[in-house]
Amino acid sequence: MSIELKNISYTYMPKTPFEHLALDDISITIPEGKITAIAGHTGSGKSTLIQHFNGLLKPSKGTILVDGVDIGKKNTEAKAARRKVGIVFQYPEYQLFEETIAKDIAFGPRNIGCSEDETQERVKQAMDFVNLDYDKYAHRSPFQLSGGQKRRAAIAGILALQPKYLVLDEPTAGLDPKGRESLMEKFRRLHKEKGTTIVLISHNMDNIASYADNVIILNKGKVTMEATPEEAFSKKEIISQAGLELPEVKTIMNELAQNGLEIQNNAYTMDKAVEEIIEALRRKGKC
Amino acid sequence: MSFIECVDLTHIYNAGMENEMLAVENVNIKIEEGEFVAILGTNGSGKSTLAKHFNGLLLPSSGKCLVDGMDTKDEEHTYDIRRQIGMVFQNPDNQIIAAIVEDDVGFGPENIGLDPHEIRRNVTAALRAVDMEEYRHFSPHHLSGGQKQRVAIAGALAMNTKCLVLDEPTAMLDPRGRHEVMETVSRLNKERGITTVYITHFMEEAAMADRIFVMDQKHLVASGTPREIFRDIGAMKKRGLAVPMAAEMAYRLQQKGIRITESIINTEDLVRAICQ
Amino acid sequence: MLTDITLGQYFPGNSPIHDMDARVKIVLLFIYIVAVFLFDNHINYGIMTAGAIGVVLLSGLPVGTVLKSIKPLWWIILFSFGIHLFSTPGEPIFKVWNFVMTKEGIIQGFIISLRLVLMIATSSILMFTTSPLKLTDALESLMSPLKKIGFPAHELAMMMTIAMRFIPTLLEETDKIIKAQQSRGSDIDDGNFFQRAKGMIPVLVPLFISAFRRADELAIAMEARCYQGGVDRTRMKQQRLHDVDFWAGGIFSVFLISLIVVQFTL
Repeated sequence: MSIELKNISYTYMPKTPFEHLALDDISITIPEGKITAIAGHTGSGKSTLIQHFNGLLKPSKGTILVDGVDIGKKNTEAKAARRKVGIVFQYPEYQLFEETIAKDIAFGPRNIGCSEDETQERVKQAMDFVNLDYDKYAHRSPFQLSGGQKRRAAIAGILALQPKYLVLDEPTAGLDPKGRESLMEKFRRLHKEKGTTIVLISHNMDNIASYADNVIILNKGKVTMEATPEEAFSKKEIISQAGLELPEVKTIMNELAQNGLEIQNNAYTMDKAVEEIIEALRRKGKC
Repeated sequence: MSFIECVDLTHIYNAGMENEMLAVENVNIKIEEGEFVAILGTNGSGKSTLAKHFNGLLLPSSGKCLVDGMDTKDEEHTYDIRRQIGMVFQNPDNQIIAAIVEDDVGFGPENIGLDPHEIRRNVTAALRAVDMEEYRHFSPHHLSGGQKQRVAIAGALAMNTKCLVLDEPTAMLDPRGRHEVMETVSRLNKERGITTVYITHFMEEAAMADRIFVMDQKHLVASGTPREIFRDIGAMKKRGLAVPMAAEMAYRLQQKGIRITESIINTEDLVRAICQ
Repeated sequence: MLTDITLGQYFPGNSPIHDMDARVKIVLLFIYIVAVFLFDNHINYGIMTAGAIGVVLLSGLPVGTVLKSIKPLWWIILFSFGIHLFSTPGEPIFKVWNFVMTKEGIIQGFIISLRLVLMIATSSILMFTTSPLKLTDALESLMSPLKKIGFPAHELAMMMTIAMRFIPTLLEETDKIIKAQQSRGSDIDDGNFFQRAKGMIPVLVPLFISAFRRADELAIAMEARCYQGGVDRTRMKQQRLHDVDFWAGGIFSVFLISLIVVQFTL
């Protein structure tokens, strides 16, 4: 099962002077149970693309299948399929609105018709997952939280919908290093423990390198690459054409290789890179 | 005399009220003319509060802040200080006032009552300095994040500012935008000697500074060159910060018994140390 | 979608009408509109219509665009035409139930519609050929004599400038928030009026909070850039009269004099 996009095109403001082809014949598959990264420069169409995943935008052309169901249809089956996809937008803290954190997180479950008991259970679970202590925070106003806490409360609001596919649009933007790392670890745990499929939208290639199973590169509304991270990061040309950078680790490894260190140069994560360097130095008899 | 000097600076928000909050405590800092300093710290460490003292947007609850010898508390000098110290904030959308680029850049000079011809000259020169002259008649709404931040920098330059204080100017930008801003800031510092105070969460950006100040829990806890600061990975992590990727890699290699004696802050350092 | 709304009706161009000083345009437009409602000689209607057509042609705007500007007010024009059609006493032509349509009514209805059309069309030309910024500056400058009696001309103009700058940003933001809440299962388009109104809360609360946050940050940024109100402030763009403005003034005077002559001699 998967999210499958077939020949999706999307035109912004058709028939006006501002008409603009934002997505051009995109066909991709988001496989279930994996972490798929979608990378692209601002304006590459990635935000437009993810809004198709749960039917917020309707494609000008093409179809979207979620677990085999065409979500463009107007029946209950399509509605249920759309609800399998949860989207955490950029700076999600700006959508908080309720008097209390618990009420805000309950907004989603209530909308989709969960019973009161079920809703409360989900709120507790979601808060627990993002490390917001229920007893301490449930009845506080979300607007009294710190920036990082607000972000987590907003994310809990999506997690409470228990989406099968979770789409994250730049989830760590604006956070400090510690905040970035602990948030990404939470998503990794969600993926491991609950098997949630994750779609990570980012221009932070180091993040993508550490977490993604697949990488999709978008440039000017077109898919220019759909590959494993290893393959993707070996094609520097395509990455820089898309206005992106290689992961820092990969850049370092490329530099080392260019300066005469005989490494395999497949590594793009810190652990692997350290292993490769040590191996190369051993062969050279340096340690 | 230092260009910016804070002496025992403490700031308490809403002092004396129920929701009073200590944000910065007993900070002593000296920034010399022409220097490029970076300030690191987690969210809530007090670094933005500190920066807002440099041009008198906030006044110390106790202690003082001197700019070019002038006390920011001295109301007579408020606008002299703000002319000399330009600020660029995180959100590019919330600091552009006018609906046309050149009008926005002219906003500051208009406020200090410069002659129209002089304003026009300054605006042109400022836009040229940030490489945005061809966009002067654009609406900011149609610019990228990096371009908007460069317009904000031009807005400060048009007042003939001597110093730029940038509060996480790249936090909301993509890699291309971050490059644009970093490149512009470091060029202005080198070529024009503009004193630069750069607040960031990106360690690679901080590594380009002459000196780094580290804030933690409302205090200034460390200062030194990037090499000195990034040498102590443990301390940085304990403060919720990080080190540049190359420094981290060097550290990991050292842990596995590879001998690296130099302190590493960027890729060149690491390549030199390993492939010597 | 909300962001589909195109804001600002300014069409950049190089016509003499575009080149005129915005203050001159506003003053002449004001006098013209007064004239349209003051002079009731049939020949004058012809002259005034010709004048308006002349300005449209000079401005280089597509005639269709100017006509389209009348569209939103079409119902008001039709309504006033209807009222005059049936309410003017005179020679009856047609009678439906209690309503009598008169010959005078047709003429009066036609005249009223013409006046409205002329007023809307010429005002639109002002909007089409003047950038919002110049318009704001001109209004500030024209209102500045009122500063003496405490009228906040500078503050009003600054508010308009900022509003123009932020309307596209806030529209975009509204669109984002709506989509974010829809992703949390809210159905803004469903239900009766009250349900819909209630459904707006999750959009309006974040929007207001965001607007206040933006206002707050903007105020700090303005302060950092030495903003201290209108006191001792200079402007980069001086409003200066050029040849084209004197020509416009001259031609308009001839136009106005001929209207007066026609009105009182024929």
